[in-house]
Amino acid sequence: MALYSEKVMDHFRNPRNVGQIDDADGVGEVGNAKCGDIMRMYIKVDDGIITDVKFNTFGCGSAIATSSMATELIKGKRVEEALELSNRAVVEALDGLPTHKIHCSVLAEEAVRAAVKDYYDRNGISYDPEMFKESEDPHGESCEA
Amino acid sequence: MFVYADNAATTSVSKTALDAMLPYLTDYYGNPSSLYAFGQKATEALTEARETIAACINANPKEIYFTSGGSEADNQAIVSAARLGARKGKKHIISTQFEHHAVLHTLSKLEKEGYEVTLLDPHADGVIRVEDVAQALREDTCLVTIMFANNEIGTVQPVTEIGALCREKKVLFHTDAVQAAGHMPIDVQAMNIDMLSMSGHKFHAPKGVGVLYARKGIALSNIIEGGAQERGKRAGTENVAGIVAMAAALKESCDHMEENTAKIIPMRDKLIAELSKIPHSKVNGSLDHHVPGTVNMCFEGIEGESMLLMLDDQGICASSGSACTSGSLDPSHVLLSIGLPHEVAHGSLRLSIGEYNTMEQIDHIIEVVPKVVEYLRSISPVWDELEKGQLKHLI
Repeated sequence: MALYSEKVMDHFRNPRNVGQIDDADGVGEVGNAKCGDIMRMYIKVDDGIITDVKFNTFGCGSAIATSSMATELIKGKRVEEALELSNRAVVEALDGLPTHKIHCSVLAEEAVRAAVKDYYDRNGISYDPEMFKESEDPHGESCEA
Repeated sequence: MFVYADNAATTSVSKTALDAMLPYLTDYYGNPSSLYAFGQKATEALTEARETIAACINANPKEIYFTSGGSEADNQAIVSAARLGARKGKKHIISTQFEHHAVLHTLSKLEKEGYEVTLLDPHADGVIRVEDVAQALREDTCLVTIMFANNEIGTVQPVTEIGALCREKKVLFHTDAVQAAGHMPIDVQAMNIDMLSMSGHKFHAPKGVGVLYARKGIALSNIIEGGAQERGKRAGTENVAGIVAMAAALKESCDHMEENTAKIIPMRDKLIAELSKIPHSKVNGSLDHHVPGTVNMCFEGIEGESMLLMLDDQGICASSGSACTSGSLDPSHVLLSIGLPHEVAHGSLRLSIGEYNTMEQIDHIIEVVPKVVEYLRSISPVWDELEKGQLKHLI
């Protein structure tokens, strides 16, 4: 079996929503170049709905594919719904990821959350800070970031 | 176009090696340990292979031990020297930070048994200095193990000088020559080498067969216990066909070494000259001390695994020292050991070419790599920040 599913390779080869949004309503960046992956996500919000989303990613094939899939999963959704996006959902939508690549999906989930938080902050929308508590570092201890 | 540019990982079996081995799979399949003439046919083949290999490195046939490959040879050489050292109360070993894991992991195991290990840092050019070895030597040093040529960046170490130093200090010297054998001249006597490892599949023999050379008088410790094969030092029925192929392949590589090198160098030089035109790229390891075919470069702002996947789509087989290709989260220990920052090491590409490659294939690589780098940079937030001056270029 190949390392990646066909879906992963498709999203890697033809990433959806790749690029930047100059007048984004929220921008989130997660990851660390030292660890080999950074995702930056831009969202455009209209009336509580994510009308556009774009991403830039520095990382491996699965980092690019999970970013791409995450943008597809939240585009057209309400902001609150986007916050519910789990890394598990991203993995399932991609027909699975190798175990050592699961952290890429965690980063994708975090990138979405970071973009929404930025949108809330910019617009003075109140929220429970608990919602954005940093999750455990998906890299564990082996990357000295 | 299909371009195999990962010859440092493994090579194709040459026609010469294949032709040599086939009869030992079909016609002369006897066990060399058997008494009857049919088995003795295999024994003769082993004897001849041992002589051929010994001649290629200027050793005595009795100093050649067949193993399953380079890793086993490294393990056995190091463990043997460690056991010999312990008998004299010497339990200090010198090696380097950028050895193959077959060496590094064996050393970590010995450390847990109470041995002390000093790992020298290569300089930024990817070369170990003899003075550093001299400085690290102690009264209780029992072994110096330093690779002949590095597997990722291709740099060649001052083996002869290190060997001379070890002779003078009466310390055993082992070298992992997996990347050098068949590609560079090796003379164990002139180079003062006590033990040397090689692996058949790096020079057009099949996988699963290698050699440990151990100078006469060095008592090896067994890694594999059992029958009396290999003068009792390595049990298990010999891989006769593989060994015959390895001898044929090594002889072929050594007989054509100058010719092969003359073919590879212009291809390598063109590759380096053209790919160096990519802005913010860097060649890793000094080319002054180098195996012919290995090119290792870094491209800032991108990650190696995505680069390999895109090259694969264009028919190019290569490798990278990025974390994501190793299954760990840190990039290559070799690239870190020569002082590359993590961020840069993630964007590494190793292209290793051999005599079977052609200039047309090199042209294909030269056409594809810059496009892949440019595309990945266009979607990279790191490159974006480098371009906007928010991050400082490191290369």
